[in-house]
Amino acid sequence: MTFRARHLLGIDHLAPAEITTVLDLADRYVDLNRRTVKSADVLAGMTQINMFFENSTRTQASFELAGKRLGADVMNMSVASSSVKKGETLIDTALTLNAMRPDLLVVRHGSSGAVNLLASKVNCAVLNAGDGRHEHPTQALLDALTIRRAKGRLQRLTIAICGDIAHSRVARSNLILLGKMENRLRLIAPPTLMPPGVKDFGCELYDNMAEGLKGADVVMMLRLQKERMDGGFIPSEREYYHRYGLDAEKLSHAAPDAIVMHPGPMNRGVEIDGELADDINRSVIQEQVEMGVAVRMACMDLLARNLRAERGRAALGALA
Amino acid sequence: MTLHFTNALLIDPEGGEHLSSLTIEGETITAIGGDAPAGATLIDAGGHCLAPGIVDWGVKIGEPGERHRESFRSAGLAAAAGGVTTIIARPDTKPAIDTPETLEFVTRRAAESVVRIRHMAALTKGREGQEMTEIGFLLDAGAIAFTDVFHVSTQTKALARAMTYARSLGALIVGHPQEPGLSAGAAATHGKFASLYGLPSVSPMAEKIGLDRDLGLIEMTGARYHFDQITVAASLPALERAKKTLDVTAGVSIHHLTLNEYDVGDYRTFFKMTPPLRSEDDRMAMIEAVAEGVIDVIASFHTPADEESKRLPYEEAASGAVGLQTLLPAALRLVHGGHMSLSQLWRALSLNPAQRLGLPQGRLKVGAPADLVLFDPHAPFVLDRFKLASKSKNTPFDGARMEGKVLGTWVAGQKVH
Repeated sequence: MTFRARHLLGIDHLAPAEITTVLDLADRYVDLNRRTVKSADVLAGMTQINMFFENSTRTQASFELAGKRLGADVMNMSVASSSVKKGETLIDTALTLNAMRPDLLVVRHGSSGAVNLLASKVNCAVLNAGDGRHEHPTQALLDALTIRRAKGRLQRLTIAICGDIAHSRVARSNLILLGKMENRLRLIAPPTLMPPGVKDFGCELYDNMAEGLKGADVVMMLRLQKERMDGGFIPSEREYYHRYGLDAEKLSHAAPDAIVMHPGPMNRGVEIDGELADDINRSVIQEQVEMGVAVRMACMDLLARNLRAERGRAALGALA
Repeated sequence: MTLHFTNALLIDPEGGEHLSSLTIEGETITAIGGDAPAGATLIDAGGHCLAPGIVDWGVKIGEPGERHRESFRSAGLAAAAGGVTTIIARPDTKPAIDTPETLEFVTRRAAESVVRIRHMAALTKGREGQEMTEIGFLLDAGAIAFTDVFHVSTQTKALARAMTYARSLGALIVGHPQEPGLSAGAAATHGKFASLYGLPSVSPMAEKIGLDRDLGLIEMTGARYHFDQITVAASLPALERAKKTLDVTAGVSIHHLTLNEYDVGDYRTFFKMTPPLRSEDDRMAMIEAVAEGVIDVIASFHTPADEESKRLPYEEAASGAVGLQTLLPAALRLVHGGHMSLSQLWRALSLNPAQRLGLPQGRLKVGAPADLVLFDPHAPFVLDRFKLASKSKNTPFDGARMEGKVLGTWVAGQKVH
């Protein structure tokens, strides 16, 4: 078992063996979560603070449940109504929280790199729950777990990531993770929603769904991030749906056993057909949500182990 | 007072490098080569380099408005420590230097500096790009050039009028080539780095489009024009062509010559510049353009920022870096890297800016002002930002291994460092 990270800021910092460690442990937490009595005590006595500078219901709930099932004391800071609004800087907020001695800090922020900045100022373990357009590592890990359970492996798969790639941190974390695990990656998007420099990513690029989906084992749809757009990237939602929205016809180009994924929340009728999203034979969207809790439990468990070990070493050092 | 330097490697930007002696009397260089006149104080340069002091074009000083970031006194000390003997100050202060009264105020305040300071004034009121300033009065009050600094006017008609008016007075305009519609909100340059790190980015073409527009306006108005920073290869062909027929020169910041976009690394905000750092290909193209003389001027674009404005998420953090004290050792990287000779480098650091601005400085010849820097180009050191003389410590070179130590700086024959 390998997991050396002190914080989980992005997939970029993780080695393939560390990713496998997280997924293996998460598999065990899936079993725990399916029991009636779901509690464990690996985080007993530890304090977890969820700090969401951007609104989120799903991710915050998932982290909160994960922490509670592992026995941590969980606090949700609603940052929207806090001193941040009064002009306090991110660093001051971090230092204030740090003084309250939390053990795990879960942070979502609208600016790329903000979570890295915060992590450099605190003593606890920091989990990135999404920073700007940069990374969303637990989402990529839960997607990987979903794929591994559905396909039986996480290598040598043809995976198509479709839609608003330019604005998506989910896409970035996913393509780093799936690339590290040696899969064949395709990006499908209108050119306005492809990030600049994408040709250097080592992915196959398409602006046509039928061509891009040909033979794909996994179809990952992305949410159209209307809130991150600063001007017309697409002519209209209906044209976008017509050309890039996933429906049964477009999916027919993919492998017959291809699975359909979406990080949620979905814009039904914009990037994905509602009926297809609910098709239990193709869509694994509900499984993704379930895997989310297990993966977050695994990440927090592993970070807590490293934190304890580090503090143990420090205590020994102080004695000697 | 008479000083006689012996055993000095003279860096003559109009000639070359040669080991000789140099004499200064009062405020002027009086002899090159020859023996010490009677009563002269002898300085053995020990074979180190003696060059004209650097003319640093485009320095931000925090007066008025942001004296906690940099004062004339602290900027002067930083300059002297870095071999800069003439500072060409920017008008992007609070308020902007856009009236003769403000210009007189900063001219008075600048007396606190140990090096020479000349001021640029705003081209338009409040640097807003709408109404021209009193260019005539400002020239009378000592403005050396006119610029709205990094603010690019989209009011093309107003800009054309200001350029036409400035032309009639022979005033030099300094412009920032950029298409603001494309570069709005950008914190990085289009490419793999910006996309992987999720930073809003701008295409290098935004600079080329801005350059092309300004070249059109220069052709239309006949203005004397200097582009503050050319930083992408795409701009070079048009610039090179224009220089053959128009009264145009161009500069580049030392940071765009020595750093690239990947140096930002883990969102290090001290590397956030205007324009953002470019690709390695662009950096190499800029070095070549300086060596070939397509780009005339290297400057620090010294921009002091306090810790608070830099300790923010990258997108929100202030842009710019201090550079007065690091310009010389950073620029020597171009020499140590084999890209150009010392005298070639000094053309861009002292001769060309002085010539373009109509100053007598920047030369190493008899009759020129005795503004000199003596330095050891090979002395290695690791930069510690807290040892900089600037009030602000936002340098991208913190912890960097550099070569080149200033041993002494003279302004008008007086030792200031």
